[in-house]
Amino acid sequence: MAANSSTVWQRGRVVELRDVARDIRRVVIEPESPVRAAPGTHVDIAVVVNGEQDVRSYSVVESDDDGTRLALSVFRTPTSRGGSVFMHGLGEGAEVELTQPLQNFPLRVGAARYIILAGGIGVTAVLGMARVLARLGADYRFVYAGRSREAMAYLDELIDEHGDRIEVHVDAEGTPLDVPSLVGGLGRDTELYMCGPIRLMDAVRRAWQDFGLDLPNLRYETFGNSGWFDPEEFVVRIPRLGLETVVPKDRSMLEALEAAGADPMFDCRKGECGLCEVEVLELTGDIDHRDVFYSQRQQEASAKMCCCVSRVVTPAATGSRERKPVISIELS
Amino acid sequence: MSHPTSTTNKTLAHPLNAWYVAGWDYELTRKPLARTIANRPLALFRTEDGRPVALADACWHRLAPLSMGKTLGRDEIQCPYHGITYNSAGRCTSMPAQETINPSATVPSFPIVDRYRFAWVWLGDPEKADPALIPDMHQMSSPEWAGDGETIYAPCNYQLVLDNLMDLTHEEFVHASSIGQEELSASDFKVTHDDRTVTVARWMFDIEAPPFWLKNMRDKFPGFEGRVDRWQIIHFEAPSTIRIDVGVAKAGTGAADGDRSQGVNGYVMNTISPETDKTCHYFWAFMRNYCLDSQLITTQLRNGVHGVFGEDEAMLKAQQEAIDANPDYEFYSLNIDAGGMWVRRLIERMLEAEGRLAATQEPQPARVGA
Ligand code: FES
Ligand code: FES
Ligand SMILES: [Fe+2]
Repeated sequence: MAANSSTVWQRGRVVELRDVARDIRRVVIEPESPVRAAPGTHVDIAVVVNGEQDVRSYSVVESDDDGTRLALSVFRTPTSRGGSVFMHGLGEGAEVELTQPLQNFPLRVGAARYIILAGGIGVTAVLGMARVLARLGADYRFVYAGRSREAMAYLDELIDEHGDRIEVHVDAEGTPLDVPSLVGGLGRDTELYMCGPIRLMDAVRRAWQDFGLDLPNLRYETFGNSGWFDPEEFVVRIPRLGLETVVPKDRSMLEALEAAGADPMFDCRKGECGLCEVEVLELTGDIDHRDVFYSQRQQEASAKMCCCVSRVVTPAATGSRERKPVISIELS
Repeated sequence: MSHPTSTTNKTLAHPLNAWYVAGWDYELTRKPLARTIANRPLALFRTEDGRPVALADACWHRLAPLSMGKTLGRDEIQCPYHGITYNSAGRCTSMPAQETINPSATVPSFPIVDRYRFAWVWLGDPEKADPALIPDMHQMSSPEWAGDGETIYAPCNYQLVLDNLMDLTHEEFVHASSIGQEELSASDFKVTHDDRTVTVARWMFDIEAPPFWLKNMRDKFPGFEGRVDRWQIIHFEAPSTIRIDVGVAKAGTGAADGDRSQGVNGYVMNTISPETDKTCHYFWAFMRNYCLDSQLITTQLRNGVHGVFGEDEAMLKAQQEAIDANPDYEFYSLNIDAGGMWVRRLIERMLEAEGRLAATQEPQPARVGA
């Protein structure tokens, strides 16, 4: 948001580490110049991936009132782009470079009703909101969905804290979340805040539209790193420039194009603004659209893609992985 | 931390976790109004059903002022530059030339509430914006009181206005022709406080009624002659609202013991909203509890106070200019500043609670002669 989106880098020290679920580690950092972290904020952290400096965003799960201790929780993904490996490798006392809290996902105080929806590790972005709503005595429901209890961070604490306002859905127990019935029961004055895997968020977005609810009341945070398919290596070509390069699993197409000397335009690098749009000339494979810039119609047409987050994958039907998928594009 | 030493700062910061008047209720309309409160430029308007809205006056896209745009539909405002629309919560509702809405596109929307004929805005932590904390100004909208007021744009730090109102000794000098009289500075006063309020009470017994009060007495008691008991009870409520209970009654009729029936009573309602560190919006009204249906008296009183406050305004402007022109000189205090000093201390404590006191402390040069 316009008022507090400027980035201030600082140093911080890791002061506490604890595993809070399978593959999820809580990392508490004491920043050098603390400022209060409102719910919905995240910090960017300088990480080293394959020997190179990079930046990853992590939601602030908890913070004390003056922001002297920031708790993050990092999921070590099997298909990690490398940031989570770095974060899981930190020891107590380690120094990191991080930003002051950045706000892209503010909670609005004063709505008539709220749904807080968390899928898996997405709980990190919304847990603080639920806590504020509880403290304010707001009318809210906290819906938390995951694959199995062992994989759901902070589950027991949250059940204690939110009592009968929390609703837990566990795939492994045969109680998955039914999105249409969740969204179908909401009134126009309900605001829904969510963070989770793209399938969940997309299902909610569709249901939201189907039920004719106001789009501005659907709030979500996307760091653009979750897709419909696991990332694969693929080839990108720009015929006009005679350029061809391979996009590795753990890099974005935008990064690969930059490394290859193309000069793509970009801004947000998380699939929101549409500035990194490329035109698709030829394609052997499918596009895994991970942006929120295109409408469903535009994504299905696949004439364009946001190269900062979206990828090319082998069509599920062919199943053959012998040849890498290939895309030819023109930069816009 | 040690005892704060910033109480006599020439420029006092303003707490953010507080309700400030953004405007008179009638100033907020379907046509957006640009006004800066507490260093935050705001676009102020009303929705179709009359709810007040305060958005940051800078579009998410390229920061064009939304106040130059127009309101649309039920509760929307459109940026005048490239046409992004926002609802009253500050959420983007449409973007030019694309089929979707960027989920990050919001402008801050600040809590704002209509009460006592004013629209009150909260610019601090929204989680703490409890309307129960709006300062008491109930005389503004009570059927037992009548009156009206105006806004002064005062080119000085808001605290200078509070200082002015907390010590009415200045009346003898600044307002010699209307309400000033010698007994003011000669009479004793009593200061009490708790953690949100400060009260300064002053009674003057068996005195000549000054011209302003003689006229008011004659409005209620036609042909009144004689001496009066006069009171001034200043009620401050943090951070910047001051109501002054003022009046006179026929001398010796027991006003000080609670029987004001033989007198006239007014409330000077003042609430100050910092604009910048060196300017403020000063909203005032004069309310009375007699001759309630006389619009003539309402207008006369408003015009009369307008004249009196014009004298304060000139003094405050000159004082701020002298402060700015003499950066190496400090404030000293008199005994008459007790009320104002308590106000300053309560404000310091609010700033301290917000973690903002240190940042506002000026370096403390050694005082000349101290
Ligand atoms: S850079 Fe913004 S969508 Fe890709
Ligand atoms: S500056 Fe507001 S739409 Fe561009
Ligand atoms: Fe005055």
